[in-house]
Order: sequence, then C-alpha cells, then structure tokens
Amino acid sequence: MDIMTNFINLDAITILYLFGVGFVGGLVSGFIGSGGAFVLTPGMMSLGVPGLVAVASNMCHKFPKALVGAMKRAKYGQVDLKLGIVLGISAEAGVLYGAHIQEKIKAAFGDAGSNLYVSVAFVVILALVGGFVLRDAWRTYKSGNMDTKEKAGKLALWIQSINIPGTMVYFKSINARVSVLFTIPLGLATGMLAATIAVGGFIGVPAMIYVLGAPSLMASATELVIAFVMGLGGSLKFAMHGLVDIRLAMIILAGSLFGIQLGAIGTTYVKPFMIKVVMGLIMVIVLFSRGLMVPVYLAQLGLIDKLGEGTVKLLKNTSFAIMIFALLLGAFIVLRAMWMGRQAERLQHASGALEHGEV
Amino acid sequence: MAQSNAKKKPVGAMIVMGIISIALYTTLLLKQDLISSTFARGGWYALLPIIMAFVFSYFHGSFTGNFWTVLGIEAARKKKEIK
Repeated sequence: MDIMTNFINLDAITILYLFGVGFVGGLVSGFIGSGGAFVLTPGMMSLGVPGLVAVASNMCHKFPKALVGAMKRAKYGQVDLKLGIVLGISAEAGVLYGAHIQEKIKAAFGDAGSNLYVSVAFVVILALVGGFVLRDAWRTYKSGNMDTKEKAGKLALWIQSINIPGTMVYFKSINARVSVLFTIPLGLATGMLAATIAVGGFIGVPAMIYVLGAPSLMASATELVIAFVMGLGGSLKFAMHGLVDIRLAMIILAGSLFGIQLGAIGTTYVKPFMIKVVMGLIMVIVLFSRGLMVPVYLAQLGLIDKLGEGTVKLLKNTSFAIMIFALLLGAFIVLRAMWMGRQAERLQHASGALEHGEV
Repeated sequence: MAQSNAKKKPVGAMIVMGIISIALYTTLLLKQDLISSTFARGGWYALLPIIMAFVFSYFHGSFTGNFWTVLGIEAARKKKEIK
C-alpha cells in the first residue's frame, strides 16, 4: 500500500488559488458537462503536488461536483439518468483499461514517453472532435437556425434504426431505442480519454450528440452523471492507495460548487448551440496548449535534438497560460451568454410580451 | 443582479447551510494534519474521503445553490426542457 506523506503545506494564497480555479472549472463543467480538470491537475502540480496525488485529488472533487451539477440540471429536465448510468458504467471500465495502457507505456518508455502519449492523444482527439464540434456550431450560426429544435444527424439516425434483439434500450434524451452494443464502446472511449487526459467529456458529450442523437443540452447534462459514476469509482481506487489529498479536493470543491450552480443556471438562458461553441473553442485552444509540449517530450526521448533549458521553460509556461486562457474564455462566454439571456428575459417581461410557456 | 419575481428568497436556509459549511471547512483546515494522514492510510480508510466528499457536497452544495437564489440568479423562466 502506497502511503503519501508528502502532502503540501497550504497557505492562504494556495487556498485562494485552488478556490478560484475550482470556481472557473465548475462554471464551465456546469455548462458543458466537463472541463476544468485539464487546468486543475497541472495547476496542482505547479504547486508541488505529485502528479498522481493531483490526479487523485482532482477526481475526488469531481464526483461530488458532478453530483450537485447533475441534480441541478435534472431540475431543468436536462438529465437522462439511464443513459448517464449506462455510459458511466462502461466508462468506468474504460478508465481502468486506459490506466492500464498508461502504466504499460510508462514502464516501457518512462515519464517522457507517457507524457508524449498523453499530449499526442490530446492533440489528435481534440483536433478531430473539437474541430468537428466547432465546425458544426459555426454552420448552425451561419445558417441562422440557432433557435430551431436540434435534429439527430445521419449517423445517429442510422444507429437508432439498427435493431439488435435483446440489446435495445429506450433513452428519453434520444427518444428512441438504441442498442447498448453502441453505447458500450462510447462509454469505454469516454473512460479511456478520462484516464488519459482527465476530461472524458470531450468524447462523451460529442458522442451523445453526434453518434446517439441526443440534444446538446441533454448531452452536456448527462455527462455530469457519467462524470459522477467515473469519478466515484476512480476516487475509491486512488483513495485505497492513499493518494487523495482530501484538503485539496475539498478546497477545489468549495469553489467549484459555486461555479457549477452558476454554469447550470446558465444553460437555461442560452441557445443549445452555445454548448457546442464553448466546448469546441476550449478543445481547439487546449489542443494548441498540449501541442506546444510535444517537442519537449520528443527531445526528452532523444527523438529530436535536445532543447535549451530556457526554451523548455518557455514552452511549459506558454502551454499552461494557454490552458488557463481556454478555461477563462469558456467562463467568459458562459457568463456573457447568461447576462444577455437575462437582459432579454427582463426586457420581454417588462414589455409584457412574455409569450412562452411554463414558469 | 436584482430578483425580478416576488418569490420568497431562502435566506434562512442559506445562512444555516453556510454556517455548517464554514464549520466543516474550519474543522478540516484546523485538523488538516490528522485528517489528511488518516484519510490517506489506504485500504478501508478509502471510504473516509468518499464520505467526506458526499457530506461536504450536501451542505456546501445547498449553501451555494441558495446563495445564487438569494442573489436573484435563477434559471430562465421559459420552457424547462429544450429538445
């Protein structure tokens, strides 16, 4: 049993820093269903927290945060609990398999090899999926159909049309029966990505939207259920090895619970395509952040010429700054969209022209 | 941001949950050495951080939810489910 005794000392500045990053991370998570971890984990490591303790402590703040966020968004009718649990369980298996692959790579190629694998996974997946999500959001914006009901794409309709007896399950978010033989690989991929880059939602949410045909708001809300299931299992596993620094986890949670409530409220003010805008933008910006680190790891592995110490430091700092920028930009868009939505609602209310439905 | 409807704000609940939340965090920080070393003993002790996460999320989650409501920041009053 590994017992970590080298937990860092906490001072007021560190506590405020963790609280602040937790708040912004929570705000984005409440809105798009995930995010924050890609800044929190390196952020903790920059304070001197060992890598595994940072991952474990991040995970231990993630599951209670996701629980609170999922409950809040369930009140708005955005959560498909069944889909979240089905995907969450297979994602848990994906986390274990992803962690196993990580261990193998680390054993074979060392820390630099493992870091290179994580960065390449980041760059390739975020380029493909993030680019696709952003392109779709841009097309929706250009077409002027931002207010129209989202429709399932061709791939999703094809998957919904396939009937494999004994495996079909009805999901309310999709309003159709889908074979679990399709949901299981999606959950596995989400979990594997979570184990690799800490943000499974970058696969989970687009998969629910484009592969299964769920609306953006329901996909991002359901991702919180997946994050809860994955985070609970992962935290237990890490805690059994004594890797969770409960102080870090609870301080980040203190900030993120303020943020996640606000992010969840924000979803009720925006057009659904805004979920894709925020998610796509964050993914593409983070991709550049991780891309900058690839030469550092290639040099450590001796695959390219050695880089100067100053260059490595510059690349590392720039990479971290870009990640923080991605998170802050996401938070800014959420808050701005929410502010504008509130203003519009107030104007409508004031003019007595409130036409639509339930209060 | 001002509240635009006349619904009663949960000020009392926010204060009670806020006090409990502050008490929990104060205890955690004052007893941090004992708590973090006990919680990191592994094995069955792994349940302790999980239980603590649930307890903190219940009290602090209720507090933060009420906090935004008291400030007047609430969900849009339009149809709840967008599909």
